[in-house]
Amino acid sequence: MPKIITSGDETLLSSISESKALSRRKFIGYSGAAAIAMAAVVSSCGDDNNTTPPPNAIDLGSGDVGILNYAYALEQLEAAFYIRIFASPYSGGSAGEMALLADIRDHEIAHREFFKNAIPAASRIQDLTPDFSSINFADRASVLGAAKAFEDTGVSAYNGAGKLISQTATGMVYLTLAGKIVSVEARHAAYIRELILPGSFADSSVVNAQGLDVAATPPQVVVIANTYLTTKISASNLPTS
Amino acid sequence: MNVKNILNEIEKVDPEVYERLDTRRSAMKQFAGLAGKLATVAVPFALGGMFKKAYGRNTGTDTVIDVLNFALTLEYLEAKFYQLGNAAATGGTLAIPAGLERNTFTTIGAHETAHVAFLRSAITASGGTPVAEPVFDFTAGNGTGTGPFMGVFTNYALFLAVAQTFEDTGVRAYKGQAIDVDLMANNDVLQAALQIHSVEARHAAQVRRIRKMNGGLVPAGVDVKPWITGNQSGIMSAAVQASYNGEEITNQATIEIVGINGQAISVTDASEAFDEPLTKAQVLAIVDPFIV
Repeated sequence: MPKIITSGDETLLSSISESKALSRRKFIGYSGAAAIAMAAVVSSCGDDNNTTPPPNAIDLGSGDVGILNYAYALEQLEAAFYIRIFASPYSGGSAGEMALLADIRDHEIAHREFFKNAIPAASRIQDLTPDFSSINFADRASVLGAAKAFEDTGVSAYNGAGKLISQTATGMVYLTLAGKIVSVEARHAAYIRELILPGSFADSSVVNAQGLDVAATPPQVVVIANTYLTTKISASNLPTS
Repeated sequence: MNVKNILNEIEKVDPEVYERLDTRRSAMKQFAGLAGKLATVAVPFALGGMFKKAYGRNTGTDTVIDVLNFALTLEYLEAKFYQLGNAAATGGTLAIPAGLERNTFTTIGAHETAHVAFLRSAITASGGTPVAEPVFDFTAGNGTGTGPFMGVFTNYALFLAVAQTFEDTGVRAYKGQAIDVDLMANNDVLQAALQIHSVEARHAAQVRRIRKMNGGLVPAGVDVKPWITGNQSGIMSAAVQASYNGEEITNQATIEIVGINGQAISVTDASEAFDEPLTKAQVLAIVDPFIV
């Protein structure tokens, strides 16, 4: 797949200030969604699993395989998002920015395909159909706001899922793999945040006073993921501790 | 947190957990007694102490407190490094540009200091004793002050190079400790370790971004990205290479990532998409020259 690069050297601030009111509202909307997600995380105490799954939702399953499906679902969503960006790239992103976004796309595809091969076919969830209708792909602020939400949510999801993996030899393999992926997601998150607001790579919206990043439970993350999915997923059978 | 669930889970893999904890009753009583004495935030870590007593004599395996003390040592290193760097910037002897870059290192330094405080309290709450802060030689000269990074607090490019190496190494160090069996047995400590791990990764990405803007000590033709490409340090110094060796692998759990399922995933993409762990021994060898 060739890396698609567009030219342009607008800074983000000028891009935002020149964008239309609709775009600004969308941008603020995404920031708000992220804030709500984080507020939900802060108020959680780790064992709340009271979110009712949508009817006909795809069951992620139980045990370690369920956790792998959970990660697979999130990686499908992220990969589809970055692929969609390059179907009709927004204007105003520098060549360097678009090259790094293409890197992120390829990382997410690698993650998605890894999980696809790692999960036994009989237990693997189907290919999910994303719904990105709330994102304006022609608008840089809208795309980056969504990218930030995806990456921060991904980091919080892996951080919260580590303890749900079994204390077994295979569990150790899975936990190591989750660790290998989550730090790359955190690198993505930091970079996207810098594109939106320089200095926000690890600001207080994601790192608390103890210096800890956000951790979220599967039910909390699934609610966010389902807003971007036509085919909804359910975490109701995943481990809770 | 559900203590009973944790004990039940451990019982599945270690049927003798209650014997190790003397008896179920005394274990629960011990926990209840501790919980009454500790602030809520510290309660999860009391479990660490309970398990340490139960598993502490296992040979060849670090206890939770060993892992936390190892992490604390690395956080002392980072915290002191930024403390000295930021002070040098304020004092005018290290040219960290005002604005984004000064603010970045203030933020990162505050996080590392917070990690030190957090780990110390976690160790104490677990019934352990935090290791003392070592004396550091940030030139990596083992106390001579004339190591390969001599001038690290007067030469900004060198400061950035060492900062990047510390952050990338920290990410690898936490990743390697996550699968310690005692850490895996303690949900709350494991999650906290993961929450620090991703913060270190955010730091690493930002320091790398600043290094790209700065350009100092970056080998010709090398693009320093927020993520690690192959085993490239992006730093003109062989002294940091051990922190990057092993990052180049493209095969994960026997699954080859290059060209996976017909996708256009290059060797570069495949190496960047996964960060690799380091063992405690590898990390200690890397940081040894910094500790007097």
